[in-house]
Amino acid sequence: PPGFRTALLRLSPTCSSRPRAQRRHAAHFAFHPDPVPTKYGPTVKMNLFQSITSALDNTLASDPTAVIFGEDVAFGGVFRCTVGLRDKYGKDRVFNTPLCEQGIVGFGIGVAVAGATAIAEIQFADYIFPAFDQIVNEAAKYRYRSGNLYDCGNLTIRAPWGCVGHGSLYHSQSPEAYFAHCPGLKVVVPRGPVQAKGLLLSCIADENPCIFFEPKILYRAAVEQVPTEPYHLPLSQAEVVQEGSDVTLVAWGTQVHVMREVATMAQEKLGVSCEVIDLQTILPWDIETVCKSVVKTGRLLISHEAPVTGGFAAEISSSIQEQCFLNLEAPIARVCGYDTPFPHIFEPFYIPDKWKCFEAVKRMINY
Amino acid sequence: MAAVRRLQKWVGLGFHAFRQNSALNSVRALQRRAFRTQGALFQQPFDSSAEKPQFPGASAEFVDHLEFIQPNVISGIPIYRVMDRQGQIINPSEDPNLSKETVLNFYQKMTLLNTMDRILYESQRQGRISFYMTNYGEEGTHVGSAAALDPTDLVFGQYREAGVLMYRGFPLDLFMAQCYANADDLGKGRQMPVHYGCKDLNFVTISSPLATQIPQAAGAAYAVKRENANRAVICYFGEGAASEGDAHAGFNFSATLECPLIFFCRNNGYAISTPTNEQYRGDGIAARGPGYGMLSIRVDGNDVFAVYNATKEARRRAVAENQPFLIEAMTYRIGHHSTSDDSSAYRSVDEVNYWDKQDHPISRLRHYMTARDWWGEDEERAWRKQSRKLVMEAFERAERRLKPHPDLMFTDVYDQMTPGLEKQKEAMWRHVQQYKEHYPLDLYEK
Repeated sequence: PPGFRTALLRLSPTCSSRPRAQRRHAAHFAFHPDPVPTKYGPTVKMNLFQSITSALDNTLASDPTAVIFGEDVAFGGVFRCTVGLRDKYGKDRVFNTPLCEQGIVGFGIGVAVAGATAIAEIQFADYIFPAFDQIVNEAAKYRYRSGNLYDCGNLTIRAPWGCVGHGSLYHSQSPEAYFAHCPGLKVVVPRGPVQAKGLLLSCIADENPCIFFEPKILYRAAVEQVPTEPYHLPLSQAEVVQEGSDVTLVAWGTQVHVMREVATMAQEKLGVSCEVIDLQTILPWDIETVCKSVVKTGRLLISHEAPVTGGFAAEISSSIQEQCFLNLEAPIARVCGYDTPFPHIFEPFYIPDKWKCFEAVKRMINY
Repeated sequence: MAAVRRLQKWVGLGFHAFRQNSALNSVRALQRRAFRTQGALFQQPFDSSAEKPQFPGASAEFVDHLEFIQPNVISGIPIYRVMDRQGQIINPSEDPNLSKETVLNFYQKMTLLNTMDRILYESQRQGRISFYMTNYGEEGTHVGSAAALDPTDLVFGQYREAGVLMYRGFPLDLFMAQCYANADDLGKGRQMPVHYGCKDLNFVTISSPLATQIPQAAGAAYAVKRENANRAVICYFGEGAASEGDAHAGFNFSATLECPLIFFCRNNGYAISTPTNEQYRGDGIAARGPGYGMLSIRVDGNDVFAVYNATKEARRRAVAENQPFLIEAMTYRIGHHSTSDDSSAYRSVDEVNYWDKQDHPISRLRHYMTARDWWGEDEERAWRKQSRKLVMEAFERAERRLKPHPDLMFTDVYDQMTPGLEKQKEAMWRHVQQYKEHYPLDLYEK
């Protein structure tokens, strides 16, 4: 893991005073805040990293066994998600580990096996692979292989995820599909602060090991009103964020915001009504909500930042094709990252931006 | 609390300095070094006026000549021993003075395990179970260490520690149920044989991937420390597994996070066919401990009392001081690695015979008992007969028992069955009903 990590989010996306060649590409999405939630009590304006802190704060306050650990979490984390927690709850509950991802996850499994609540942080999703064995062979199979004598259901692994404009190969990855092939895990990605807090609290409370991917480009960019008290949003439940009748658009994380823009463009330029679905949980995923939508619209576009081959869109696509064959009026489209490593200077050409998605909608309509 | 701990460290340091003066030997030198590393928790405060080195990463003096530190592999960390090969106590002050009853229990647990090993090994040869791994030659490490623990101490193992379960009273029927994967198996027939686990006996279910349990044990020990319930965790692994990255992770985490944990390495000379000189070039595993700031010792694994003493003291201190200990028990893997291995392909029969006939933990303990008139030929004959009968009865019961209900293939993947899995289960049954003559349904519970 490199030393560049903390520098990643400091620069603003646009900087017009610089020479043209130095100018950064504009953000590829516009964050859409949710309506202010009313049913969970008072709200405060939070960005995504603050809503994570709020969820962790609620957890440490209510569960005396809960501990938070990882690389550099003690001083507040390189993305500020754990700021203040060590001072508030003590250094035996919020602490740094040695720099070793397989150790972090193995340690977290052990904490959970002993019955305590373990919230492990992997500094970037790109660095979760050293812990792949502990996650896939151990965490995911603990309950099954022991006949439910032992489990590590109290383990949650959080990791910053997704592209960030200039993260290149190892600060941009979206590894959810690697884990989607692993029975026993839950994999969750929120699209904004309200979902982040509610889904993270659900992951922590869930009796299964969960991986919670936080779109790091939203840590500061996404701001909305978030309830200060704890609340839970259900896992394995997709959310229809915008209803429509002609095409179903499925995405998760930042890409949901891209899809919302695509829906607006499709309406304005093509007169096409899009239904936008935030999948939220990758595994086990909510096939029912997607099916229901596709039965209605007859067309499906799935988009993710991760490479297309073996990406989770393939799973959605083939499942929907099996279940909704008679309703489909066009081939299911996948607009994803290319089958290359995530590039540095070519990021604007790499990502499945709104123009690529818009073009796919257009073709689908004209099929 | 921190102040108290700091005080303990200083007292400990003074004690070591004293011993250092009285007699210098390599063990003590290592202990002293280990203690210094612990001291790094309280690094010297930064002081720009001092002439000493001020680097934050280590606490050391400057030296004005070039000298690489040599590993000492020829004269390694000595092997702690309480009784010799004839069962004679060497140094009476180290004799744990266990009661006759306790020692007989040690002996019976070791020999019962040995009897079970022989019968299950044969049953695999006859194709009655699919796989087996014996414990020949390592029975002393299991029983000696298990006896030194509290029954509530959590055990993480590799796969060659069945004697720990045996010592804790795991019934023969459940050993057999697991190997036969029958309907009585606590693991519901999902894992290969010898992957035992028992919640009631605090023995965490075994898994095949090597060394994964090592950082897990550190995490469990950390949670146990926070519970403040006077418990420790023990983690067993072989010298081959110690080469895995997870071993490094577990050692380092347990030291920096101050976990009450005993790492127990069974160094039996081989990882399947790989001899230790292809596994490492340092002084075994024990020599790595001080590098992690961990108190370490090497014991004669064929000496059940040496294993007992070391584990007992490590446990006492691990709990009192919240720090990890490393015990490397030197043994010899007398049996094949597993039933899928023929060890004569890579080592001599003479070598194996030496350890089986001349330096075996069971025979050594028997010498000890015989010398005290606690055990004779008659007792031996009667116990052999009885233990064989116990094992054979359990074996036959296990073999007759049906396999678990096939529905159990789908449960426990998650705490609750997902709708997707529910559908797959129904699909399987629809298929199996249609093609039932092609599936072994009569072997399974209905």
